[in-house]
Amino acid sequence: MSTFIDGLSLGSIYALIALGYTMVYGIAKMLNFAHGDIIMVGSYAILTTLAVNGHPVLAIIAAILVCTVLGVVIEKVAYRPLRGASPLAVLITAIGVSYLLQSIAQLIFGAQTRPISLVHFEPITIAGVTISLSAIISLVVGALIMICLTLFIKFTKLGRAMIAVSEDRAAAKLMGINVNMIILVTFAIGSALAACASTFYVMQIPNTSPTLGSMPGIKAFTAAVIGGIGSIPGAMLGGVLMGVVEKISLSIPVLAPYTTALEFSLLILILLVKPTGLLGKKRREKV
Amino acid sequence: MPVKTNRKRFKFKNYISYIVIALFLIISATLALTGYMNRSTQNLLTQIAYSIILAVSLNLVVGFLGELSLGHAGFMCVGAYLGCYLANLLHTLIPSKLAVLIISMIAGGLIAAVFGFIIGLPALRLKGDYLAIVTLAFGEIVRTIFKNQKVFGGALGLSTKKYGSTLFIVAFVVVLIMLAVVQNLVRSKHGRAITAIRDNEIAAKAMGINVTYYKLFVFIISAFFAGIAGVIYGHFTTPVLYSFFSYNYSIEILVMVVLGSMGSINGSIIAAALITYVNFLLQTKLSGDLAALKYLIYALILITIVIVNNAPGLTAIKERFSIKRFLSKITAKVYKPKYDPSKRKDDEAYWHRIPTKIQMDEVLSVDVTPDTTYTPDKREEK
Repeated sequence: MSTFIDGLSLGSIYALIALGYTMVYGIAKMLNFAHGDIIMVGSYAILTTLAVNGHPVLAIIAAILVCTVLGVVIEKVAYRPLRGASPLAVLITAIGVSYLLQSIAQLIFGAQTRPISLVHFEPITIAGVTISLSAIISLVVGALIMICLTLFIKFTKLGRAMIAVSEDRAAAKLMGINVNMIILVTFAIGSALAACASTFYVMQIPNTSPTLGSMPGIKAFTAAVIGGIGSIPGAMLGGVLMGVVEKISLSIPVLAPYTTALEFSLLILILLVKPTGLLGKKRREKV
Repeated sequence: MPVKTNRKRFKFKNYISYIVIALFLIISATLALTGYMNRSTQNLLTQIAYSIILAVSLNLVVGFLGELSLGHAGFMCVGAYLGCYLANLLHTLIPSKLAVLIISMIAGGLIAAVFGFIIGLPALRLKGDYLAIVTLAFGEIVRTIFKNQKVFGGALGLSTKKYGSTLFIVAFVVVLIMLAVVQNLVRSKHGRAITAIRDNEIAAKAMGINVTYYKLFVFIISAFFAGIAGVIYGHFTTPVLYSFFSYNYSIEILVMVVLGSMGSINGSIIAAALITYVNFLLQTKLSGDLAALKYLIYALILITIVIVNNAPGLTAIKERFSIKRFLSKITAKVYKPKYDPSKRKDDEAYWHRIPTKIQMDEVLSVDVTPDTTYTPDKREEK
């Protein structure tokens, strides 16, 4: 049971990251490989603010601010010049940005793993099951954020503009939507979500290193694809699925070393059965 | 009317890469064997050789078949582990080191080809980014499995018998063989079928091209050569370590392909050599804490090149200041081009470069003008 809750909370982290991937993919039609590294930057922002000021709330706010600004800057400098270029070129730039962020972090903070003590909660026991409080917090807050995001996209003008851009960029432009602005906002939101994810991540695993973001990034990307990339509920579903599978597999000694392999096999199996992911839309192809 | 073919005419352009590489091989081999080349240069040459093999084989999938693959290091991993494991066994049986190397290369390539077939299967059903993530997943799965096998040394890696620094001669011979295979493949009927699938799968199917067959075929060939590159790598560094084959390495190969421009084999060769050389330089010049600078410089070069090459806003500026234009201005004064497009026969295939994108809409859409003179009533009157 506690494994399951742990899995859910890890899943909510994956889901938050996967949301960033899926939103950017849905709207800008690109794979933002640097997304995982924004989590890493967020964790370093928390580390620095804690060292300077020491207040956890301030640290979280700082992380969100830094990540949002970073997301916007990356979009403006690296991706905007390539709007309309081939998707592979954009992909390579994203990879370049990912390397860039990692190496800058390594230059500033060094390659070694550093401990972060953001907040420490005592594990609580409910009905004989020991659960860490941070797991519950990340689960609840994660779910809240996702609900807010869904409402935002469905019911605000900006959110609807996002849907419009993701469905047909040219038509949205003709309707007077500032496409560049919408993509910028998407990056800002995605990066802010990544900052939230990094907060929960360091709450559960209290240390950071320059390569912190790469593995969760890849797994969250996998989660987004499992759910059907471009679909917001799909990202949540895929994230939670990945988290639960990972924690359950880690708790079984025989499977534990093969956890990564198991997760990726799950992805391949799901895609073989349903090539557009669980909740992805089918597109008809024309010559 | 019988179709005239121009097969017999020797085109220098088609053979330039062989000639350059063969000359390079002969010169460097004589230098190495007479002792004028130091070990680190020879090691660099080995690295360049297997990078070229990897980049060209990935280019088959990405540039010619048009499927994004992020798991090329996975095939290399399979080849390296299994080929080198076999080589370790064979060393006790066969005394000749070269024979063992060749046998293990072929075996490693074949095993990797089997995996290529397995990865080719989802490629039949999946498109674009979905296939990309499956290949990425494949690479990570392979890596995790090898990491946990005691037979292959587990987390410590598989220790192999190291070959001397003259390994690069064998590696470059492999590069030449691979070039012969790949160049002939892409210039043949099969190569045109593959590019047709890339440009428009449905149209290719409609033309009677067996898409299933060709997709699997390309994945198998590509995996085969990646496996061979893996075996060369395995004999170049010991131990063979699972962490080397991470998706970062797959991406590095992809970067070589993209920088060399997709669908251009010579481009892949140049880019692979250049990137390996830059990596080598940065690695030897920067050590300790400055090692991070290596990735910083690498990343900056990457971003700048891609943006300058691809940004739509820069094309006008680039055309204005391009070297090609500058050169053509100079050469136009002294040399008139022999090639006259108006004299070209209709059926003559000319491979200055592989066409990157055929405008399928233009090919398929036929302008039909309504025949105003035709009236259906006339037939009824008869």
